[in-house]
Amino acid sequence: MNAAVAALGPFAIEAQHLEKRYGKDVVALRDLSFQVERGTIFALLGPNGAGKSTAVKILTTMTHPDAGRARVAGIDVIANPRGVRRIIGCVAQKDAVDLEATGRENITLQAQMYAMESRDGRRRVAELLDRFQLTDAADRLARTYSGGMRRKLGVAMGLVHQPEVLFLDEPTTGLDPEARSSLWSEIHRLAACDGVSVLLTTHYLDEADHLAHRLAIIDDGRVVTDGTPDQLKSRLLGDAINIQLDADAVIGDALRALSPRNGWLRDVTAEGRAVHARVDDGARAVPGVLAALDAAGVTVASVTVSRPSLDDVYLSHTGRSFSAAHAGDSR
Amino acid sequence: MSTLVMQPTHMAVRYLRALWRQPLYVVMQLVQPVIWLFLFGQLFKNVATLPGFAGVSYIDYLAPGVLVMSALLSNGWSGTLYLTDMERGVLDRLLSTPARRSSFLIGQLGYWATLTVVQSVILVGLAVLGGARFAGGGLSVLALVAAAVLLGLVMACFSNTLALRLRDQNTVIAANVMLVLPLCFISSVFLPQALMPEWIQTVARFNPVNWAVEAGRQSILANVDWSIVLTRLGGLAALAVVFGLLAVRSFRAYQRAL
Repeated sequence: MNAAVAALGPFAIEAQHLEKRYGKDVVALRDLSFQVERGTIFALLGPNGAGKSTAVKILTTMTHPDAGRARVAGIDVIANPRGVRRIIGCVAQKDAVDLEATGRENITLQAQMYAMESRDGRRRVAELLDRFQLTDAADRLARTYSGGMRRKLGVAMGLVHQPEVLFLDEPTTGLDPEARSSLWSEIHRLAACDGVSVLLTTHYLDEADHLAHRLAIIDDGRVVTDGTPDQLKSRLLGDAINIQLDADAVIGDALRALSPRNGWLRDVTAEGRAVHARVDDGARAVPGVLAALDAAGVTVASVTVSRPSLDDVYLSHTGRSFSAAHAGDSR
Repeated sequence: MSTLVMQPTHMAVRYLRALWRQPLYVVMQLVQPVIWLFLFGQLFKNVATLPGFAGVSYIDYLAPGVLVMSALLSNGWSGTLYLTDMERGVLDRLLSTPARRSSFLIGQLGYWATLTVVQSVILVGLAVLGGARFAGGGLSVLALVAAAVLLGLVMACFSNTLALRLRDQNTVIAANVMLVLPLCFISSVFLPQALMPEWIQTVARFNPVNWAVEAGRQSILANVDWSIVLTRLGGLAALAVVFGLLAVRSFRAYQRAL
């Protein structure tokens, strides 16, 4: 974050008590509040219909909230939508690329809509084509581009006017792993090197974990929890320890053997031939667990220790596993 | 130059460029009115012997009518451009820029006006080759093209309004098909008013298609009645402004529904 940016105030985005309903029955946002610090990447995570896209539409001045207020880089989205549009870049879920135009024509038109004419505009367009490895394909119709190239073109278009705040609505949905990781490093670079504040919504927990400085899990139109990925994970209290028993071991013996250690081992559960438990420090707990089982004559096939994942965080806050929550439509 | 001029120009260029890349579509758009002109010209050739035609040949009579009808037909597709942009997310992207909503509309209308002019010039040329005389002279032919352009803009704005408010391709296309032919038949595109039943004559007075045909048809008369030309063009221009405002407002309705 450079000094000039910091001087403008601490928050890139402030959303306060946003509410939005569609018709009478559909409540998209109930009471959504969150803040994004300047120069950071912030992820909104949530199941389909949680209100992620609605929040983005309000913050990008595409639609009005029914109640609440929001400011982007200190500018009120309702009072001064054009002011907001000047300093934000938007990359929508759809590629939003004109397929009948070339890559260069697409970015050029976008530059022209920000009144960047002639020389400056052309230089910026060439720079972006280069940055997103589209120079060779620049004069081909976007119709001929791969999914990854179209997405890159979409992101490049969102950056043409060097926005202060960039909105990325599910930026890597539908991309192959290679295109995903290349876009990730580009997004990371935007915040780290160019001081751009980024709000991204995502379907992918690993994406939020990998990219976001902070994240908020939203469900049913409100924030259920927020913090850094590590904070959220450590609030789950401890590592998961998974013990796979041998075929001849008796699961009841294993549970009995571990019961004196209750209070230290938490949430001990059996599932088939496996025992799951939570413990503050998984690696240190393993020798004691193995010794106790050995003393009780229970033979162990394997032991694994894992740090809690965002999936666990998600499950504990929404009551649904992440994959199960993603069957419906997005809103 | 000011963004007020440049941004609409960029939008118009964008549509023209896309059109240029579909030469087959361009050809078909141009062939259709030629078919109307020569097919109807032959089919109804003898109609011109009826009283009410004032001795002009039918191709003479028909040429301004077909020109106006062709403008109506092609401009009626206008809304589908926005629908394609909506579907791909391009419209939302444009709306998220600080450019004025009116720039998007004016640019698109500039595209349609350009197309109507080109289509009209080609049709006038072909009609002349086919034997039409346009006795009113150059200025009156210009008025004919102006009438076609203005009527086309009214239709384009109407189609855009439907597209932005209903967001449904089928409705926009059906509205075009449903409206164009009845509007043309309730006008003097094919027959002079004197030969129409009285109720159609009455309805025709309020039909903007008829205004355009009346203004344009002066071009085939040796003595052009400029008061007819100017009042009809004035009416069309006023209507184009009204429908233009409706279309700009529809951008807001579209965003509210997002």
